[in-house]
Amino acid sequence: MGHIKELAGKEGLFTGGHRLCAGCGIPVVVRQFLAVTEHPVIVAAGTGCLQVASAIYPYTAWRTGFIHSAFANTASTISGVEAAYKALKRKGLTDKEFHFIAIAGDGGTYDIGLQALSGMLERGHRVVYICNDNEGYMNTGVQASSATPLGADTTTTPVGARSKGKERERKDIIGIVLAHNVPYVAQVSPAHWHDLTSKAKKALKTEGPSFINSLTPCPRGWRSETHISMELCRLAVDTCYWPLFEVEEGVWRLNYRPRIKRPLADYLRTQARFKHLFLPENKDILENLQASVDRQWEQILKLCDGN
Amino acid sequence: MYDETGNKPGWQSLPRGGVIKRPGSASAYETGEWRLEKPVYNTEHCIQCFLCWVYCPDSAIDVRDGKVIGVDYYHCKGCGICVQECPRTGRALDMVPEGDNK
Repeated sequence: MGHIKELAGKEGLFTGGHRLCAGCGIPVVVRQFLAVTEHPVIVAAGTGCLQVASAIYPYTAWRTGFIHSAFANTASTISGVEAAYKALKRKGLTDKEFHFIAIAGDGGTYDIGLQALSGMLERGHRVVYICNDNEGYMNTGVQASSATPLGADTTTTPVGARSKGKERERKDIIGIVLAHNVPYVAQVSPAHWHDLTSKAKKALKTEGPSFINSLTPCPRGWRSETHISMELCRLAVDTCYWPLFEVEEGVWRLNYRPRIKRPLADYLRTQARFKHLFLPENKDILENLQASVDRQWEQILKLCDGN
Repeated sequence: MYDETGNKPGWQSLPRGGVIKRPGSASAYETGEWRLEKPVYNTEHCIQCFLCWVYCPDSAIDVRDGKVIGVDYYHCKGCGICVQECPRTGRALDMVPEGDNK
C-alpha cells in the first residue's frame, strides 16, 4: 500500500466543508483524481451537485483554479482556457505545465452539455473530462436524465398506477464519445481506487481529449443507505452493470473481470428506487434490465477480445 | 457570509465577478453538525491501510507524518463509509450515536 500513503502525504486539493450530502460518491472521485495530479490544476465545473455544493460564496472547497461554468458549456469553458494557455505558450509568455479538467454530472454530460462536449472532443483540446454519473438530476430533486436506468423511480418517472419507473434504457455515452475518435476513454468507480488513480494518471498524460465516466452513488436519489456507497459501486461492477474498462487509441481493455458474475438483483435490492421491480407484476422490467446488462457485458467482452 | 474580520461585506466591496480569492476557504465551514452518528477512531486497532482516507467524501480523516491519527469532526458528516470500509481484522473505526462526548 505504499502508493496510497504517498497520495495521502500530499496536501489535499479538495477540502472538507463542501456541502455535498453525507455518503455522496462525487467527492471521493474528485479527491482520488486530484491526488495524482502533478502540475497546477484548472477545473471547470458544469452545473450539478458538485458545482453548487463546493463553491458557495464566499467559500470554495477547491485549492485549484476553479471556474463556475453554466450547464451547457463546461467543455467549451475549459476549451477556452486550454486554448488561451496554448496561445501564451506559443508567444513565450509561460513555460509552466497545467492540468485542465472539466467536471460535470450526467445531466451536464449526457443531456445538456452534450454538444459542447462533442465540440471539445472534435477540436482535440488537451482536457480531461470527468462525468460524475449519479444517473439523474439529483441536485434539483431527482428528475430522470438520459443516464437514468430502465425502471428507476424518479420524480419525473414516478412509480404509481400508470407508470412503473423510467421506460427507456440509458444512453451509451461511451459509444458517443468514442465516435469522436478520442485517444483515451475509461469507465471507473470510486470503490476501485487503484484502477481510478491509474486511469487518472493516463488521462492526465494524454495529448488530447480524454473522457472518464464514473459511477457516483447518490444516497438521496437512489434511496440507499449512506454508509454502503462504496459497497454499491463494488456490486455495480461485480454484477457487470458498471464494467471497468478503458479504450486507448481505439484499443479496448477490460480492467476487471468479476470472478463470479452476480445477478443484477443483488445490486438493485440495495436501492429503494428499484423497490417496485421486485413485485411479481414488474418481473418483466427486471428481466429486461438484466438482459440489457448481459447484452452490454457480452458486447464489451467481444470488444476487449482477451485484452 | 462574513469576511476574515467578521464583517459582512456589501456589494461594493465584493470582488469583480464574485471571485473567491482564498482557495480552500470551505475548510472554515462546519459541516460536522449534520452528523447523527459519529465514527470513533481507535489507534491501537489501526493497521494504517488508509482505506478510510481514500473513501472519505469529506476529507475528514486526519493524516499526520504518514499516519492516520483520527477523524476531523468539524467536517465529518457521519455517513459511515469509513467504518464500513475499515478492514474487519483491525476494526479501528466504530460508529456510535452522536451525543454528549463530542
